[in-house]
Amino acid sequence: MPRLLTKTRFTVIATSLALVFSLLFPVVGSADSKIRIMTATTDLASLAQEVGGDKVDVESVARGYQDPHFVDPKPSFLLKLSKAELLIVVGLELEIGWLPPLITQSSNPRIQVGAPGYFDASRFARILELPTGQVTRAEGDVHPLGNPHYSLDPDNGLRIAKGIQTKLSEMRPNDATYFAQRYDAFERRLKQSDQQWQAQMKPYAGRKVVTYHRSWPNFAEHFGLNVVGYVEPRPGIPPSPQHTVELIGQMKREGVKVIMVEPYFDLKTPNSIARETGAQVVVLMPSVGGEKEITDYFKLFDYDIAKLKKAFDETH
Amino acid sequence: MKRLAALSALLLFSSIAHAQDASSVQIKSDRSPAKTEDSRMKALEEQVRTLAGEVALLRSELKELRETKSPEQSSGQQVLLASAHPETGMLPASPAPAAPQAVQTQTFGGASGNAKLLNPDISLIGDFIGTTGHNGVAPGPSLELHESEIGLQAIIDPYSRADAFLSFGETGVNVEEAYITFTSLPAGLLLKAGKKRADFGKVNTIHNHALPFIDRPLVTNNLVGGEDGIDDAGFFLSRFLPAPKNWFLEGSAELMRGDSDDLFHASRRQDVSVVGHLRAYRDLSESTNLDLGVSYARGHNNLGSNFLTNLYGGDATLRWRPLRRAIYNSFMFRTELFWSARDQFSPTVPTLFQTQHAFGLYAYAEYRVNRRWTVGGRFDRSGHATDAHLTDSGFSGILTYWPSEFSQIRGQYRFGHLATAPSDFSNASEFLFQFLFVMGAHGAHPF
Repeated sequence: MPRLLTKTRFTVIATSLALVFSLLFPVVGSADSKIRIMTATTDLASLAQEVGGDKVDVESVARGYQDPHFVDPKPSFLLKLSKAELLIVVGLELEIGWLPPLITQSSNPRIQVGAPGYFDASRFARILELPTGQVTRAEGDVHPLGNPHYSLDPDNGLRIAKGIQTKLSEMRPNDATYFAQRYDAFERRLKQSDQQWQAQMKPYAGRKVVTYHRSWPNFAEHFGLNVVGYVEPRPGIPPSPQHTVELIGQMKREGVKVIMVEPYFDLKTPNSIARETGAQVVVLMPSVGGEKEITDYFKLFDYDIAKLKKAFDETH
Repeated sequence: MKRLAALSALLLFSSIAHAQDASSVQIKSDRSPAKTEDSRMKALEEQVRTLAGEVALLRSELKELRETKSPEQSSGQQVLLASAHPETGMLPASPAPAAPQAVQTQTFGGASGNAKLLNPDISLIGDFIGTTGHNGVAPGPSLELHESEIGLQAIIDPYSRADAFLSFGETGVNVEEAYITFTSLPAGLLLKAGKKRADFGKVNTIHNHALPFIDRPLVTNNLVGGEDGIDDAGFFLSRFLPAPKNWFLEGSAELMRGDSDDLFHASRRQDVSVVGHLRAYRDLSESTNLDLGVSYARGHNNLGSNFLTNLYGGDATLRWRPLRRAIYNSFMFRTELFWSARDQFSPTVPTLFQTQHAFGLYAYAEYRVNRRWTVGGRFDRSGHATDAHLTDSGFSGILTYWPSEFSQIRGQYRFGHLATAPSDFSNASEFLFQFLFVMGAHGAHPF
């Protein structure tokens, strides 16, 4: 005999209602007055910290030694995003592979794309390598909106910090003076440091270098380096033997002695190129926190410039 | 051009009007000869002055018009100049990301607005599968374009976004998923409405192209509705739940029409199906994490409204992906267990009502050897939903090659020990290969 289930409908509704109400428990939230900021990368976190001082609580999703193109959208970030008041992103589709689902799943109306708490830093920065012709993936994993590694130019850091200052002042008008003071101090210090960095790099102006990925156009432009080739045959495509041979030939012809590599790439190919060409592989940090000692935006340039200087001196 | 024409017409009219005024003045003065030559001259001078003023005014208006027109014409070139140094004074005061692109923003940011306008992200994923070898129970075709999935994804308005995936298969078109997600609900609720793969375990939520294997596990085919699985029209509600420190808890409650392939069938409007899912996640370290879940699904089966199918599921995933080597090495182990309780008539005594209890599982492990190669293996075991005495088992070895992020070539050896009758088995030994390719911008999938 079939079991008769006349109450099916009610059971179903009761079950779903029970589930819905069980979900309505409020998440325990803290009511401190600090602005909770989440950033996509550590550079942006550092800039936000510079401007926000002790009025903000900043955390980055990606780590400094992590390839920012490939970040796992782990649920542990969701909790933090769900409580954030401001989300600062790199933009230019750098985070397209991991941030959109995090934003949606965070169910936080404040940081949805276009909401007041969604801050796209690329809108304030000077963007290089904007493709002008047709964009296809035959060129690899190109960024059709321009190169997203723009924070490696101190001038851009300053511009983004200014944007963050405006945003924070909008969010906390009472603290606007504080943020303005913090920004002014940051600007002074950064300009001062930049003069020193420029001075340190001056002897190497126009030096030809090869980089693994196209992470350094802003850096190279600011410090007068000449990037003549890449270990990757195309952005996002692993090195191929043919391209490596061509690159070795080019480096020998042009006397390129430095290969700049990001910490998340394999050193096998760069090392073999270096052996062939007598060049030196130098692992530079593209973001704050790439090494323990790189605790802020200033130390990032301190670190990279010191390493680069050493490599130039040793290979000359 | 119209504005210019109107302006010149205005100029003409005003000059005619002024000429008439001037002549009338002249006539007046003729009529009063007592007026001196001086006063006549003064009147004329006055006239000339007013006219000169009018002309200057019109000239400046014309200039203004020309100036407002020129940036529109040159805005195309503005994009190319985007890498020019911005002047600090020109920085936009507020980022206003949703606002339409102003000329200034193009100078500083990328060409984000122009590149996409208001089009949704459009993608197509082609899934080409070939099979060789022997399978006496469920032989697949030798070659097939298994599926071409078109994805359309966009933000709808400040409160919602929508995702639609249309799958063009060998037998026709199927709306695999199409739903709106309300992202701005109070109390941290996330509501999806439309047709969607239910959050029942892990593999049920994953699109074909995102699976780590070519086929679906045996247990999916036997107990959880086959390739489409629990994929139905309804409401999908989820929320984070309060959790112990370092744990992430998420609950989902889903109410659907009750039609999911051959698993659930709604004979009446009331025959809705429900799915509940609880997910617990924890980072064990920066590179290792544990993902656990329990699921429940209930619906009416194809025998009628009085026949229920209850499904229970448990899933566990362990992932390891060192951040510094994320693009080269990773490891994942995942297992899912399913229990099915299906009301039906006994397979042996057709008049006897009974609930058939079947169990099935799969376990899968994969290791990313380097940037381009991944190896994996899967173990399958599952009873049949309609006859738990029939148990299939099998294993697979999988090798995947990635020329780039946007294409994938995969080979899979599959061995199946498939039950055809109690204690009667047929062995299947097959080699499958697959080519996957992605066109356009395909949105990232949830973790």
